[in-house]
Amino acid sequence: MQHSHWLTLALTYLAAAVITVPLARRLGVGAIIGYLAAGFAIGPWGLRLVTDPSQIVDLAEFGVVLMLFLIGLELEPRRLWAMRRPIFGWGSVQLLGSLALIALIGWACMGFWPDGWRLALVAGAALAMSSTAIGLATLNERNILQTTSGQNVLSVSLFQDIAAIPLLALIPLMAPDRVAGEDAGHPLIAAARAFGMIAVIVLGGRLAIRPALRFIARSQTPEIFTAAALGLVVGTAALMQAVGLSMALGAFLAGVLLAESEYRRELETDIEPFKGLLLGLFFIAVGMGIDLGVVLHHPLEVAAIVVGFLAVKTLVLWGMEIGIPVPRLERAVFTLLLAQGGEFGFVVLQAARGQQVIDDSEAGVLTAAITLSMLLTPLMILAADRWWLPMLARFSPRPPLSEITEPQDAPVIIAGFGRYGQIIARLLHANGIQATVLEHDAEAIEALRRFGFRVHYGDATRLDLLRVAGAAKARVLVVAVDGIEPSLELVDIARENFPNLAIVARARNVQHWYQLNERGVKFIERETLDSSLMSARSVLELMGCEPHRARTLAMRFRRHSVQQLHELAPHFRDESKLISLARAGRQQLEQLFAQERLDRPPVPRTWDPAQAGDESFDEHAGAPDAPGPAKQGPPEH
Amino acid sequence: MGLMADVLVLVAHPDIARSRVTRALAAQARLLPPADVEVRDLYALYPDYLIDIEAEQAALAAARTLVWVHPVQWYSMPALMKLWMDDVLAFRWAYGPGGRALAGKCLWLAVSTGGVEASYRKLGGEEQPFERFLPPYRQTAEMVGMRFLDPLVFHGAHRAEAHEVHAHAHAFALRLQALAGEARANAAPPQPDVAPDERRLTTDT
Repeated sequence: MQHSHWLTLALTYLAAAVITVPLARRLGVGAIIGYLAAGFAIGPWGLRLVTDPSQIVDLAEFGVVLMLFLIGLELEPRRLWAMRRPIFGWGSVQLLGSLALIALIGWACMGFWPDGWRLALVAGAALAMSSTAIGLATLNERNILQTTSGQNVLSVSLFQDIAAIPLLALIPLMAPDRVAGEDAGHPLIAAARAFGMIAVIVLGGRLAIRPALRFIARSQTPEIFTAAALGLVVGTAALMQAVGLSMALGAFLAGVLLAESEYRRELETDIEPFKGLLLGLFFIAVGMGIDLGVVLHHPLEVAAIVVGFLAVKTLVLWGMEIGIPVPRLERAVFTLLLAQGGEFGFVVLQAARGQQVIDDSEAGVLTAAITLSMLLTPLMILAADRWWLPMLARFSPRPPLSEITEPQDAPVIIAGFGRYGQIIARLLHANGIQATVLEHDAEAIEALRRFGFRVHYGDATRLDLLRVAGAAKARVLVVAVDGIEPSLELVDIARENFPNLAIVARARNVQHWYQLNERGVKFIERETLDSSLMSARSVLELMGCEPHRARTLAMRFRRHSVQQLHELAPHFRDESKLISLARAGRQQLEQLFAQERLDRPPVPRTWDPAQAGDESFDEHAGAPDAPGPAKQGPPEH
Repeated sequence: MGLMADVLVLVAHPDIARSRVTRALAAQARLLPPADVEVRDLYALYPDYLIDIEAEQAALAAARTLVWVHPVQWYSMPALMKLWMDDVLAFRWAYGPGGRALAGKCLWLAVSTGGVEASYRKLGGEEQPFERFLPPYRQTAEMVGMRFLDPLVFHGAHRAEAHEVHAHAHAFALRLQALAGEARANAAPPQPDVAPDERRLTTDT
């Protein structure tokens, strides 16, 4: 019975995720919303496929525990140390600022009721937290972890993860004396025990776990190694629970301890495949945790708390954005990711409820508020993407970077300073040829300037900027911009206004090549052609081809390909003709190479120079190692 | 492609911008009517050393005289010109069974050496100091059935006075004209004075 129940449960979760997540991605709303929707759909307020609340709690806890283990694993103390300023500086500004403001406003809303400070403080601590899981997953999904906002979201999240430990240890101290739990004893003793246990885990981890892992690793059984790592997580979690602390924090600690070990990489590789699913499980749990009952019972309270705490945190974050500073276009995501509530908030509330610092209904309302904010965050980021950012981009004042204003006189202008333009500029620079570089991505420019490149800010498709860049006097314009449309636009402008400027263009693809060719550009390179050919050469060499032979084949392929492109160019708008011609061209090339292979026997044929001019010469005559030139090679005398 | 001229001049200098004699000779040859004299600068045509064999063979087939203009490097020709020989003078085309494409044509060598004549005199004979290094050229011509004309050698290119280079280039052009055909040989020889490019080429350094 129980067995089949477990199967049904697993099937429910997997099916929900498999159906909703691809759907969500298809709709362009991201995987996180998909998981949340899946959780909601199978939860008590959806299809009621999973109704037992204890299952939900267990599952959510399990997801959080493993999630934090992975976060801890990525948080080696050295990396933590390098980021100490943003983490402890801006992290404490965010956490303590939000905590204090929320607690103060909350207590004020209670009319400074003498016993209300506990609830206000717990609420402040719980709501000031942000979801590390949603934050980091969103940053990963959008590949913006390395931006200013991404790094600061990470820093603040890490600080919250760390700050949660003392926060949770302090909660027992806040417990009213009259209801102090029997097992917890005196709150001071409980706090001491909590700190003691953390110390035991840290010291024990350093002194005992590493030798143990070394011993296990030497046994050469990878699955036992993974099992040991998981056992460590579960063990630490159990120890933490024994003294009344969160299992999640135990897992987090275990992660940090293992991050220091030499087996970290191995552990990461072992556990990486689980990471995505565990994250998904966690989001499903959040989705299921949405308690519409509480929301429907206290709709105004929940709404007021959500709006209120988001507003307060936004205020604090806004101050931070100016102080850090976060680029204007990144601010929306930065604010949204940190303003939301987070899973640590659940842990704080759970602990506070366990210690009876707050009661069940208070915890329920706050939990609902946090959950709601986590549900809203991905949706709001989506909305920001669709409407807010385009609007901002249109109406925002001129970016802080000043455009190129002083007339330039370098003989070469490079428009677009991505990887393509950079290589060109570096080769020119190394040979003493000055180039004026134009780039319109402000963020890229900041990074490039840090590396010592002289890059001017400006949109190369603007005639006035081209003039300032010296297009009238320059000899060569390199069109290396990323976009196809801007590239063609720039070529049109340059050809119309600066007919003497030679254009060297980067083609993103064949269609782009045709379009540039149609505009009379003589020097066009397909951006991937040469690197692909270099890789093809490597493959040929690995397949046993001589390096020089591989080079010759690749270069002849290249010549044929370029030749064919020129032949096809007049027909590039006629797709069917293009296809048939391209096919014919490919066949022709294959035949060419095939014929050559036939003409090129593996054993060199010999030829006797004494018989030169003798028409009856048989190329197959003669012993293979007789002196004389190889068949295709030149005569060697 | 190519002009299919009577005289085909192949120029090979890996760094022609720093050349004195080869550049002057190439410039002079380019002043002649392209229909008579086709100049192919190998290092400009094939910077990647991927020689278009068909195009080279077509140009060769049309010419009656082949002229090689290059500096002598390690008593021989620059690498790309050697590669040109290896690739273009192909089996069954230039030699071997059926390889008669060049038979009866002439090969004329116009080379320059960095060392002065005296240094070659120690290595070679008194009369023709460079003769000792010609056998590979001669044998190549013989192999493909070409007539090897007396080479034009310019010694001491590094130390030569500008007027010496100028005179040498002029003599080269006259000989090219003669080779291009009797009828055109009577036409006025190209005057370097009327070509501003050429004046710069032959008077600097």
